[in-house]
Amino acid sequence: MGKTLFDKIWDAHVVQKVEDGPTQLYIDRLYAHEVTSPQAFDSLRDKGIKVFRPDHVVAMPDHNTPSDQQEVINDPIGRKQVETLARNCAEFGIRHFAMGTKDNGIIHVVGPEKALSLPGMTIVCGDSHTSTHGAVGAIAMGIGTSEVAQVLASQCILQSKPKTMRINIEGELQPGVVAKDVALYIMAQMTTSGATGYAVEYAGSAIRNMSMEGRLTLSNLSIEMGSRAGLIAPDETTFAYLKGREYAPKGEDWEKAVAKWRELKSDDDAVFDKEITYRAEDIKPRITYGTNPGAGIAIDETIPTTEGMSESEKAQFLSQLEYMQFQPGEKLEGHPVDYVFLGACTNGRIEDFRAFASIVKGKKKADSVVAWLVPGSWLVRQQIIDEGIDKILEEAGFELRLPSCSSCLAMNPDKVPAGKLSISTSNRNFVGRQGPGARTILASPLVVAASAITGVVTDPRKL
Amino acid sequence: MAHYKFSVIKSTCLPINIDNCNTDLIIPARYLASTTRDPKFFGDAFMHDLRYDAQGNPIADFVLNQPDFSEAPHEGCHEIIVGGRNWGSGSSREHAAWAISGYGVRIVISSSFADIHRNNLLNCFVLPVIVSEAFQDELFETIAKDPKALVTVDLPNQTVTNESTGHSEKFDINGYKKYCLLNGYDDIDYLLSKKADIESFEANRK
Repeated sequence: MGKTLFDKIWDAHVVQKVEDGPTQLYIDRLYAHEVTSPQAFDSLRDKGIKVFRPDHVVAMPDHNTPSDQQEVINDPIGRKQVETLARNCAEFGIRHFAMGTKDNGIIHVVGPEKALSLPGMTIVCGDSHTSTHGAVGAIAMGIGTSEVAQVLASQCILQSKPKTMRINIEGELQPGVVAKDVALYIMAQMTTSGATGYAVEYAGSAIRNMSMEGRLTLSNLSIEMGSRAGLIAPDETTFAYLKGREYAPKGEDWEKAVAKWRELKSDDDAVFDKEITYRAEDIKPRITYGTNPGAGIAIDETIPTTEGMSESEKAQFLSQLEYMQFQPGEKLEGHPVDYVFLGACTNGRIEDFRAFASIVKGKKKADSVVAWLVPGSWLVRQQIIDEGIDKILEEAGFELRLPSCSSCLAMNPDKVPAGKLSISTSNRNFVGRQGPGARTILASPLVVAASAITGVVTDPRKL
Repeated sequence: MAHYKFSVIKSTCLPINIDNCNTDLIIPARYLASTTRDPKFFGDAFMHDLRYDAQGNPIADFVLNQPDFSEAPHEGCHEIIVGGRNWGSGSSREHAAWAISGYGVRIVISSSFADIHRNNLLNCFVLPVIVSEAFQDELFETIAKDPKALVTVDLPNQTVTNESTGHSEKFDINGYKKYCLLNGYDDIDYLLSKKADIESFEANRK
């Protein structure tokens, strides 16, 4: 029987199988940020040990980074985390992309764009959206801080092997439909726990035709249906994206690497524990209405009613709607929004800014809306400027901010005030995620751009 | 740090019947900005925005503020959370496990856990116990009838028992992790003992 892509990479990294226990897996790349690493470095200090393979580790602050200025972090606690990361990296000899430098940005944007994440690697970070890096054809998983310490100490983690699932998207995505819509569609079908215990591989013609940026968005959101990993077999699109980037192999090494990477695909006779196929043509621009990313609808649909729900489902559903201040059966298209956010590790890449600009070009931002447009890295920001996108945004009444996780998670000044409704390209619409009491609709950069112009939830196909 | 050594725990429970209770709910992001692992800090932050309103006043109808469930966990009392389905989804923040542990809870029972959070609980010496949905639902019913109802979790025998109904289920845990929890050993010490294997793995890679 053939092997899946996941099995091939996993098997190549098994140091040993612990008797009646997990697998000891070798890790090629550990990314560290300021929020989930300080206690891990403390563990090493407590035990009096060094980082085992410092050259495998790359660190950068992103969660606490402000997006309006990066001279200083005014919040003393956030500032301390960022300073602690810098100090730990200096003490333990780890490469550190400091706040405000051209190397900095959101880990899940910077890693692939610098080719620090490569096909065939095992990649971990104390962040659930590490699944993003799977789009280059790697096993990339979010881990906890204890596990960060394990990797720092031994370059290994102990993991039970997940089951494998392949999700095929066959056909052609319709105009106005992008990777974010595909992910929100899959989540609504699968629920937020539908892939728990699995590692997902995305395949099918719609994935093969998807850009690298789109694939990164899709893999990023794997965790929102419970899957820790979301892999896509590397192909010409992957190689073209990685070639020439800062840490990509060069010259003869590049040719050798590509030859090896071409073997990284599921064998024709590989069997997955679960396999699902969706039709690309069934996917429309999507929005969420509830407080988990699976609670979503097509933009022209109405919020479900309680018909057919059990008492407990009904209670949970209504409590979500109560928080969101929406009604069962309500149509959200046309509903006023207060804030729009373009950015995050989900949609903070150049293609997302091109998409946003394509909608707002020659139009004006609605006065009623506060807009945060936040590139995922300094490289993305430079590219926006080089392509003249910043001018288009400026003429439409938008301001380009500085790279940061920004309004995705309310750990920096970009918080949505209580009760306000945000339409956002980020990844989570949880209660209080964008700020205590803030309400979040998740959507694609196209939907968010259209809504920023009209001030109401807007279908970009109709603008 | 010396870790807790599990054996048999018999305790009253905290029923937190929220499906998809994500780690943002278990600990809001603004409490992640700590650089230490102070149990008191994280225990106070546990489910903060469900326990307290914007002015810091307790929200009376939230379960942890109800008279039957407000007593801080200690031996035999509230050491067990019975959670809703898909407990701990979302962010990988281990701070959620620190919050549960800091609050004083040793066991979380649910019919399903998110993968990362389940690992984090184990690494923080909080035992995740996976039961059937029927068993989970019965636990919620039992506790609703009698907040003092006792549940026994026997790690050596891998059983969980609803003492009010006498119903019992086996639960899974791999032999390695069970050994760690029974003896207070953590993964980092195990991995450090395998340095030679790791170096030979590295040497054999092309």
